Amino acid sequence: MDEIFHFIIGKYNYWASLVLLFIGLYGMIAKNNLMKKIIGMVIFQTAILLFFVSIGAKRGATVPIIEFGPDKQPLLEASAYANPLPHVLILTAIVVGVATLGVALAVLQKIQRVHGTIEEDEVLEDQRQ
Amino acid sequence: MMIDQAPALIIIFPLFISLVLTLAGSLGPRVAYGLLLCGMAGSLLFSLLALGQVVADNQAIHYRMGDWPPPMGIELVIDHLSGIVLVLVSACALLTAVYSLRTAAEDNPDRLHHYYALFALLVTGLLGMTASGDVFNLYVLLEISALSSYGLLARGRGPAYYATFKYLIVGTIGACFYLLGIGYLYIMTGSLNMLDLAEIISRPELQESVSIKIGFSLMILGVWIKMALFPLHAWLPNAYSKAGITTACLIAPLMTKVSVYIMLRIMFTVFSVDYIFDSIAWSQVVIYLASAAALIGMISALAQRDLRMMLCYIVVAEIGYMTGGAWVANAAGYTGAVYHILADGLMTLCLFMAVGAVIYRTGLTSMAAMQGIFQRMPITAVVLVIGAASIIGIPPTCGFFSKFYLIQGAAQAGAWVFVAALLIASLVAAVMFFKLLEIAFFGDPQALEQEAASGHGHGEHGGQPVVARHEAPLSMLIPMVITAAGLIVLGLYTKEVVEFFIGWSIPAGF
Repeated sequence: MDEIFHFIIGKYNYWASLVLLFIGLYGMIAKNNLMKKIIGMVIFQTAILLFFVSIGAKRGATVPIIEFGPDKQPLLEASAYANPLPHVLILTAIVVGVATLGVALAVLQKIQRVHGTIEEDEVLEDQRQ
Repeated sequence: MMIDQAPALIIIFPLFISLVLTLAGSLGPRVAYGLLLCGMAGSLLFSLLALGQVVADNQAIHYRMGDWPPPMGIELVIDHLSGIVLVLVSACALLTAVYSLRTAAEDNPDRLHHYYALFALLVTGLLGMTASGDVFNLYVLLEISALSSYGLLARGRGPAYYATFKYLIVGTIGACFYLLGIGYLYIMTGSLNMLDLAEIISRPELQESVSIKIGFSLMILGVWIKMALFPLHAWLPNAYSKAGITTACLIAPLMTKVSVYIMLRIMFTVFSVDYIFDSIAWSQVVIYLASAAALIGMISALAQRDLRMMLCYIVVAEIGYMTGGAWVANAAGYTGAVYHILADGLMTLCLFMAVGAVIYRTGLTSMAAMQGIFQRMPITAVVLVIGAASIIGIPPTCGFFSKFYLIQGAAQAGAWVFVAALLIASLVAAVMFFKLLEIAFFGDPQALEQEAASGHGHGEHGGQPVVARHEAPLSMLIPMVITAAGLIVLGLYTKEVVEFFIGWSIPAGF
């Protein structure tokens, strides 16, 4: 029991991103409202961003800017610095996510204008006619 | 000098052109068309230069972006495999750009330059994905081409919006799975460069790592969604068949082929043959999936009444051929898969162009549009016959040779299910095209005229009376004839292509 507790608590960041991932997938697949599908998509993307951000973080680590010691030598100890690379990657992924969201909202607006609704079953009904 | 920078220019040149195109609105459609042609011709030229250098040196070009050394810097790698895919993509894009003169202008009466800018951006993304030597960079370019394809597909109007929306949701899931897979690999290896990753993953302590296996599974799953492998293909026919004529000609042949190329890269460059076929014992399951894709795709195509819906299901079936070829785990299967990327890119383009010309002239998208096509549009009909012969696999078109390699590979591996699927799918394709050609040859052109007059036509030309001889405009005929000739030329030079290009890219371990 104690071990399972530690297994879950010790890796809470992964569990959080996994839970968000499934909430997002559920929203995209099961929701009838197209706006809610987009919200699900954003949650899904955010889960992956959280995953990447958490793998770069370290307890007690500082910002990744190299400091110089009293003897003018750089203090190069990898464990003292947070890993900047996942954060930089995720900056790009956030931009991609925002662009996708923008395109999705624009297409949704067009669907609303053409079909007069954003409920999936009503759109399909409208297309059949 | 120019040749040293060619790998970067392949990508940067069309990107620059798309930037200029967004600003070129006031200069009129002629200038926009000229700029697009210039951009596509430029990337074809640089692709050929890069491929020429690869063949001359017999080694891959490693181009460092901004001269930052890998594994920290971003690297473009052009070897024999990516070289020929680059030439294929830029050549198909150039032919489609020539073809687009009439259709794009009619589909986009306003803001044609924006349409062309998205066109150039899509090609930039596809070329970038092919040349990238870095898994994260590949993700970004994948999303660039995906986003521009959503923009292009949504220009189809009406029912296209909902189809595009569904494609957007599914495409984003695919790309996110791929990104998550990169995350798993990064945790275990600390690297993103493909060659560096390959070196780290080949170390014995990582061979049994569960994280690496999950990372591989997620990446491959993401790519399968993007390339529409059988159970994940539902988005493709709707999205591609509702698009404008030019958009369908550009996206349908290229997007899925580049995704197959990415699958080959991940399987054989990032991971190794031993890892894929020993540590991850999926190959049997994937071969069954590929066989199902080939069979169900072709049978669904046979059931369609809409011409472009039929072609879209053929694309789904062809994806099955290539996936099966890559997973039978021998050199002949691999050769078949790579050769089929080239052959299928050209033959899908050929068919989409011919059908696009028929739709352009008749305004109908159903089978009825084909009636009496041999009398009305003889050159288009001949192009269609050559494309159909290639899909069925009749020599000397290249479709025969790729299928020959695929069947040889499957037989060597003992994958008889896949052999049977390939043969039955070819048979179904033959039935389908003979049915189509029967309508085309013996159909009565007068019937079409009556149908168009009675208001069954959907397009803008629905009301136009059909005259006896009404060939497609020259700007559409020339790229069509070149593509059809390309199918035969590629078929005749199969031995050289396999020997000089594909032979060099066969991964170690086969």
